[in-house]
Amino acid sequence: MNFEFSDNQKLLKDQANKFLADKCPLTEVRKILESDEPYHKELWNEVVNMGWTAAVIPEEYDGLGLGYLELCMIAEEVGSSLAPIPFSSSVYLATEALLLSGTIEQKEHYLPKLAAGELIGTLADAEGYGSISPEGFAVTFKDGKLNGEKMPVIDGDIADFAVVAANGDKGTSLYLVDLSDASISKEVLSTLDPTRSQARLTFSDTPAQLLGKDGAGAADLEKVFDNAAVLFAFEQIGAAEAALDAAKDYAMNRYAFGRSIASFQALKHKMADMFVALELARSNCYYGAWALSTGDAELPIAAATARVSATKAMYQCAKENIQIHGGMGFTWEFDCHFFYRRSKLLADNLGSQALWEEKLISRVVASTAA
Amino acid sequence: MDFNDTPEEAAFRAEVRTFLDSVATRKSDPQDSWDKNVKSETEAVEIAKKWQRTLHDNGWACLHWPKEYGGRAASQIERVIWDQEESQYLVPKGFFMIGLGMAGPTIMTYGNDEQKKKYLPSLASSEKIWCQLFSEPVAGSDLAGIRTKSEKDGDDWIINGQKIWTSGAHYSDWGILVTRSDPTVAKHKGLTYFVVDMKSPGVEVRPIKQITGGSGFNEVFFTDVRIPDNQRLGAVGDGWNVALTTLMNERVAVGERKGGDVLELIELAKNVNINGKPAIEDGAVRNKLAKWYCEFSGLKFTRFRSISAMSRGEVPGAENSIGKLVGAAKSQDMAEFAMMLMDRAGMINDKEIAPFAGMFQQTFMQSPSGRIAGGTDEVLRNVVAERVLGLPQEPRADKGMPYNEIPTGTMK
Repeated sequence: MNFEFSDNQKLLKDQANKFLADKCPLTEVRKILESDEPYHKELWNEVVNMGWTAAVIPEEYDGLGLGYLELCMIAEEVGSSLAPIPFSSSVYLATEALLLSGTIEQKEHYLPKLAAGELIGTLADAEGYGSISPEGFAVTFKDGKLNGEKMPVIDGDIADFAVVAANGDKGTSLYLVDLSDASISKEVLSTLDPTRSQARLTFSDTPAQLLGKDGAGAADLEKVFDNAAVLFAFEQIGAAEAALDAAKDYAMNRYAFGRSIASFQALKHKMADMFVALELARSNCYYGAWALSTGDAELPIAAATARVSATKAMYQCAKENIQIHGGMGFTWEFDCHFFYRRSKLLADNLGSQALWEEKLISRVVASTAA
Repeated sequence: MDFNDTPEEAAFRAEVRTFLDSVATRKSDPQDSWDKNVKSETEAVEIAKKWQRTLHDNGWACLHWPKEYGGRAASQIERVIWDQEESQYLVPKGFFMIGLGMAGPTIMTYGNDEQKKKYLPSLASSEKIWCQLFSEPVAGSDLAGIRTKSEKDGDDWIINGQKIWTSGAHYSDWGILVTRSDPTVAKHKGLTYFVVDMKSPGVEVRPIKQITGGSGFNEVFFTDVRIPDNQRLGAVGDGWNVALTTLMNERVAVGERKGGDVLELIELAKNVNINGKPAIEDGAVRNKLAKWYCEFSGLKFTRFRSISAMSRGEVPGAENSIGKLVGAAKSQDMAEFAMMLMDRAGMINDKEIAPFAGMFQQTFMQSPSGRIAGGTDEVLRNVVAERVLGLPQEPRADKGMPYNEIPTGTMK
C-alpha cells in the first residue's frame, strides 16, 4: 500500500514552506489585516512567479500540468501561512470551473492568463445571509445580460472576472463575467477576516457568457465545490497545524505555579485532542487527495469527508489556541486571532459545515442503497 | 498514491492465501465466527492449539521471529498481510498472542541460552500458552507501582501478592511476571522479572465477573509460590527494563474495531422511525452520523497511512497513536445513540428480536472496557501529549522516593 505523498511531492511542500516562511511570516499577514489593502500584491506576484497559479493547468494552456497531489501540498502550506492572497478564489474556484466546464475557446482565453497571474478569478454564488439553494438564484440571465446582486463575493473587489451562478432560461447555469465592466457596482464589505476581502457585486444588464451547459449550473457547481473542498481542506489542516504549533510553543514557555503550563494535564489533554482532530482530518484529506487526483467515483464522499473534518479541526485548533494563550490570546497584539478569523472564513466560504454534513450523509446513504 | 500491494507484497499475499486455502475454511460471510459451534473453552483451547500446531508444522507459526528461533523474520507489513488474510478464514485467534508476541521477544532479548532453549521451541510449536502478569489492583496506569513481593530463598524466589486483568490465566501454562524484589529503592529500580509455571503450588486463578456478566480475565493470587532463580529474566532489580521490552512488543494495531460502526448505524436509522418517518431523514440524526462517518473514515485512512509506512519499512508515525482513543469512545457513543433510536425497545437485548442480534446493546455494555484496557483514554492523551507533541510530564509526587515511603490510598 502506498497511501502517502511521494518524496517529490513532499519536497515541493517543503519548498513551499520555506518560501512562505520567508515571504509571508505572520507580520506580513498583520500588514494586510491592519491596512486597507485588499490583498498582499507583492506576495501574490511572488506566488505567481513560483508557478503555483499554473500548477494544474495543462501545458497546452501554458500551465505546468502538475497533478492535484502537488496542488494539495501547496494548498496546505498556503493555509499554514494564512497567506493574504486570492489563491483559493482564483485557483480552486475560478480555474477549476473553467477546467471542468469551459469550452476550448474559453480555456484558451482564460487559462493562460490565470496561469500567468494576469487575471484573478473568483466565484460568485452567495446571495445574502443563509445558505444558497442551487436551484433558485435571484440573479437572472436573459438575452446575454446578468441582473441582480451577489453578496458576499470573496475577492469580488479585486478579481478581474467571476464565475457567476444565476438563473437563466433553462434554470441554474454558470456565467463568465468580466468584472471591469462599467455596469457592475462593487461595494467592499466589512468582514471578520480583512486579510481576504469580500464585496457586494450588483449587476445591471451586465454582459455575460455561458460557462458549461445551459441549465447544468447546479451540477457543475457541485463538481467545482467537490474539487475545491479537497483543496480548501488542505488549507484548513495546514492552518490547524500552525495553530496547534503556536499553542504548544506558548504553553511550553509560559510558566505558572513554578512550572511550564504545558505540563498541566488539562492543557496536555486539550492539545492531544487538537492533535487527534488534526490527524483524523489529515487522513481524510489524503483520501480526498487520492480521489481528486484519480477522479475516482468516491470523490463526492471523500471530498465531503475531508471538508467536514478539516473544518472541525481548524476551528478546534484556532479556538483552543486562544484559550491556551489565556488573556494574551484575546489581545490584538498576539496573532491567535488570525487563525480564529481564517478558520471561520475557510469554514463558510465554500458553504457551511452544516451544508457539507448534509451532502456527506446524503451521499453515503445513497451509496449504501446501491 | 494508491492502495495496491507492491509486487513483493502481492506475492507474499498469494503465498499466504494458497497456504490458508490448503488448511482452513474461508468464511462465506464476514460475520461468520470460528467458534460459533464451540461448546466450551476447553474445546476452544484444543482447537487453538491444533491450529497453532498446523501453522508451526508448515512454518507459519511465528512470522516475525528470527529464523534461528523457528520464525520467518517477517516484516511488519507481512504480518499485516497475514492478519488481513487470516481474518477471512474460520480459524482461532488470540490464544498465542501474549506468548508469541510479547513473551517470546522478551526471552530472546533477556533470556540466557538455556532459557531460550527451554521456552522458545514449545512456544512456537503451540504446546504452551502464556499469560501476562503485570497489572495489580493498586497498579494499572502506574505499572511501576506494583506490590507483589519476591524474596530470595536459597536458589529460589518466594512470591506473594496479587495480579489482576490476566486474560487466559486459567488455561495458560506459563506466565511472565513482574515483582517487587526491593521496596527500599525508587519504584522503577526495585523490580525483578520472572517466568512462572502457572501450575506451581500457591498460584490461584479466580475469574473476574465483568459488567457484561461474562468473564474474560482473572485475578491471580500468589501465596508462597516458589520460582527457581533460573526462571528469572534479566538482572535482579532490572525488571522495569525487561517489562518495557515486553510492552514495546505489543502489536502495532492496525485492525478494525468490531461491534458495529457507522454503516450499521445508518442501516438502523433507515429502519426505525422518529415522529412517523425514518430516523435517517431526521436532521439531528444526520448531524451525528456525519460526525461518526468522518471519524470512521479518518480512522480507516489513518490505518492506511500506518500500513503504508510499514510497507516502506518504516515504523508507523504519530498518527497511529489515535486509533484506540478515538475508536473506543466512538463505539460507546454510537451504541448509546443506536439504543436511543430504538427508543423504549432499546433496552431489550434479546438476540432473537433486537436489531443486528443485539450488537449495539452488547457494545453498550462492552465498550467501557475499550476506553480503559491497554491504556485509558487519559493515559493515551498523556502519551500523545508527551511522545508525539513533546510536552513535559507532570511533576511526580513519588519521584526518586523509596517505594516503601510512597503514600498509598485506601482504594483498591
